[in-house]
Amino acid sequence: MEQSRRRFLNSAGVTLVGLMAAAGLLGPDALAAAQWNKAAFAARKLEDLARILGGSAPQQSGDIVFVGPEIAENGAVVPVEITSHVPGTESIAILVEKNPNMLAANFTIPPGTLPEIQTRVKMAETCNVYALVKAQGRFYYTAKEIKVTVGGCGG
Amino acid sequence: MANPMKIRARVDGDVVQVRVLIGHVMETGLRKDAEGKLIPAHYIQLIDVTYDGRSILSAQWGPAVSRNPYLAFKFRGGAKGGKIRVAWIDSTGQTGSGETAVE
Repeated sequence: MEQSRRRFLNSAGVTLVGLMAAAGLLGPDALAAAQWNKAAFAARKLEDLARILGGSAPQQSGDIVFVGPEIAENGAVVPVEITSHVPGTESIAILVEKNPNMLAANFTIPPGTLPEIQTRVKMAETCNVYALVKAQGRFYYTAKEIKVTVGGCGG
Repeated sequence: MANPMKIRARVDGDVVQVRVLIGHVMETGLRKDAEGKLIPAHYIQLIDVTYDGRSILSAQWGPAVSRNPYLAFKFRGGAKGGKIRVAWIDSTGQTGSGETAVE
C-alpha cells in the first residue's frame, strides 16, 4: 500500500521532499496525496525558488497585478491581493524578500478558478514582496515594496 | 484546541466568490514567550478547497501566512447549493476542515 502510493507520487512528478513529514500528512482527501515542499520554503532567492519549482529564471511581467498597502502598520497582518493576467496561469506564489523564509504561500490554480488570490501575510521588515506566477511551464513575477512600521515576526 | 472555520461562498454573476477564515495560531517557531523560551513552530502547511468534491484551489503555506489565515478567491462552474469544503493539515500533523453551501 505504502509502496504503491510512493510510486504514484513519483509518477505524478510530486516533489518528494519532507519525507519525514509524510507520516503526518496522511490526512483526509486530496491532502493525503500532497507533499509540503520543504526545499521551496527554504529558498532564499526568487531564481532559486523558480528552479526548485521546476522552471528557469523568472521574467518580470506587467500582466501580474499586485495590490497591497504602501505602508503596513502591523507587519503581522499585511493584506495582499494578486491577480494574474498571464494566460494559462497554473500557480501563484507570494514571497517576502526579507522574511526568514522567503516563500509565504504557493497557490495552485486549477482550470475554472480565477487567477486572483487575496490573503494576509507576515512581514519582518520593509522590503519587496513578490508575486511569482507559473504559466505554461514558465515563471513570471512582479514586485512591490511594502514599508513596515512594526515587524510581524518578533516576540 | 478547537479549529473554528468560517466559510462564505456566494454566487456573483457566473462566478462564485469564496472567503475562508481559519482559526489557527500560525506560530513561526521564531517567537519567544514571556520567559524567553522559543514557542515551537505550528502552522498550516497544506490546504485544499473543493466544490462538490472537485479541487478548486490548493495551497502550500509557510509560517509567514498570518495568524487566523484569511483567503478569498473566485471560481467558475458553481451554483447555489453546491458544497464547498476546506481541509488543512498543519506542521504538527493536526487537521481541520469545514463545509458550507454556496448561497
